Amino acid sequence: MNLEENFIAFRTIVIKEVYRFARIWVQTIIPPVITVSLYFVIFGNLIGSQIGDMDGVRYMDYIVPGLIMMAVITNSYANVVSSFYGCKFHRHIEEMMVSPLPNHLIVLGFMTGGMARGMAVGIAVTAVSLLFSNLSFHNPLVIISTVVMTSALFSLAGLINAVFAKSFDDISIIPTFVLTPLTYLGGVFYSISMLPEFWQDVSRANPILYMVNAFRFGFLGVSDISIGLSYTIIVGFIAALYSYAIYLLHVGYGIRR
Amino acid sequence: MASALSIRNLTKTYANGFQALKGISLEVQEGDFYALLGPNGAGKSTTIGIICSLITKTSGKVHIFGEDIDHNFANAKRMLGLVPQEFNFNVFEPVEEILVNQAGYFGIARKTAFQRAEQYLRQLGLWEKRREQARDLSGGMKRRLMIARALVHRPRLLILDEPTAGVDIEIRRSMWRFLQELNRTGSTIILTTHYLEEAESLCRNIGIIDEGELIESTSMKQLLSQLQMETFVLDLKAPLSEVPRLSQDCVRQLDEHTLEADITRERSINFLFEELSRHNIEVLSMRNKTNRLEQLFMHMVEGNNQSENP
Repeated sequence: MNLEENFIAFRTIVIKEVYRFARIWVQTIIPPVITVSLYFVIFGNLIGSQIGDMDGVRYMDYIVPGLIMMAVITNSYANVVSSFYGCKFHRHIEEMMVSPLPNHLIVLGFMTGGMARGMAVGIAVTAVSLLFSNLSFHNPLVIISTVVMTSALFSLAGLINAVFAKSFDDISIIPTFVLTPLTYLGGVFYSISMLPEFWQDVSRANPILYMVNAFRFGFLGVSDISIGLSYTIIVGFIAALYSYAIYLLHVGYGIRR
Repeated sequence: MASALSIRNLTKTYANGFQALKGISLEVQEGDFYALLGPNGAGKSTTIGIICSLITKTSGKVHIFGEDIDHNFANAKRMLGLVPQEFNFNVFEPVEEILVNQAGYFGIARKTAFQRAEQYLRQLGLWEKRREQARDLSGGMKRRLMIARALVHRPRLLILDEPTAGVDIEIRRSMWRFLQELNRTGSTIILTTHYLEEAESLCRNIGIIDEGELIESTSMKQLLSQLQMETFVLDLKAPLSEVPRLSQDCVRQLDEHTLEADITRERSINFLFEELSRHNIEVLSMRNKTNRLEQLFMHMVEGNNQSENP
């Protein structure tokens, strides 16, 4: 396929993916906004007022970037894992398999669809957060680049999960038992400087910590981790997951008998 | 004439050790209407799956219009359209969108895709349903939708895996006419079906697969000429109390209005009518007891099983 045909094919997957979650926006966009709003009310307003400042900023303002990032992560992941597994389960992945679509376009198409939902939810949550906090935008470039890369990373992770999944249970195991604990322990609600030395070191093994801190730096200008290290870790994970996803489609794991 | 599909020593062993294909080789010429027949589990769908890249082959070579699927699969796929046995579209998508998206995967611009979608949806009687979700279509409409989807990138080789399964006779016949017209305009068609009447009336050449092996690949005429005897059912005008003694013992009485006659290749059917006329027996109508291809098919498959399990 030439460049133009590749672009048409890529655009087709993206339009299809965006239309899929946009059509059911009550199920895909609204619930995370309500959930995060409850976090704002309970942790930010009610409990946050008892905690005081963290890293020199109001607790409510401190947790907002982490909560936005949490919504972006879970929704990017959920979009691709459910969409790709649905394609496998109902066998309409075969529509792509019988076409000359190269594997990298399939990965990029689903990834972009996941990024679109992650960022749509992120924008909605950010808009709601403005009702509860005095959010500043310290470095918009860092905010945008972090959210784009993080949503790409977790879209790829969702795709890999879907490739391996053999039942609908398998697409909820990773979000429940891996993603949620890592997100909660990734410095969304606290600064790791509050932890004992040992747990600070353990926390540094959590990749979500780097994303939350880079994002927080973009809003507040404060971070437990250097931005350069955060970017390096995120880009490294994207490269690794992207390559692995391409490899899985190439060998046809889980989709070709 | 160029080869539309060339398969050489194709084998497939699944992960559970089941050997679905044991070295199939076959050739389908451009412009042909080829029937690929076989009992359930014979290896037809595995063969088609490998051709269309839905199944990974264990060994062997497949060329589509000369393009090796191992080295130039993208080019090969452009020339190939598949109508699978089971529905494999997103049932929540509108009919027209399914076609437009499929065209998009082939790199066809959206405007052209809409034009082609309209053309094929109209030809297959689905235009009025274009805005409906695919799940709301009847079984026959869903089958036609899959044909339209397979054609939207204008393939030179169309493979249909039991396209008329569960479809009523009227729609089946209209689908036959559509496929015949498609073949007449240059498309090569490979068809698998359990309706042997369908294969007999549509296809010029035929391959029979059984237990992962190609046990026959020849022209339909050649195959039917192998039939040594045909059994006809004769409906009589007047009731008959007793079967008359004919010069050869080839007629049985089923009831007072019906006779059954075995006609071998050596004998002319005129001979039977002459004898019946001599006994003042008038025949109102006549039909084959079973489909001719069905008789041969059963004979070959049973023969193959007996040779494997003596």
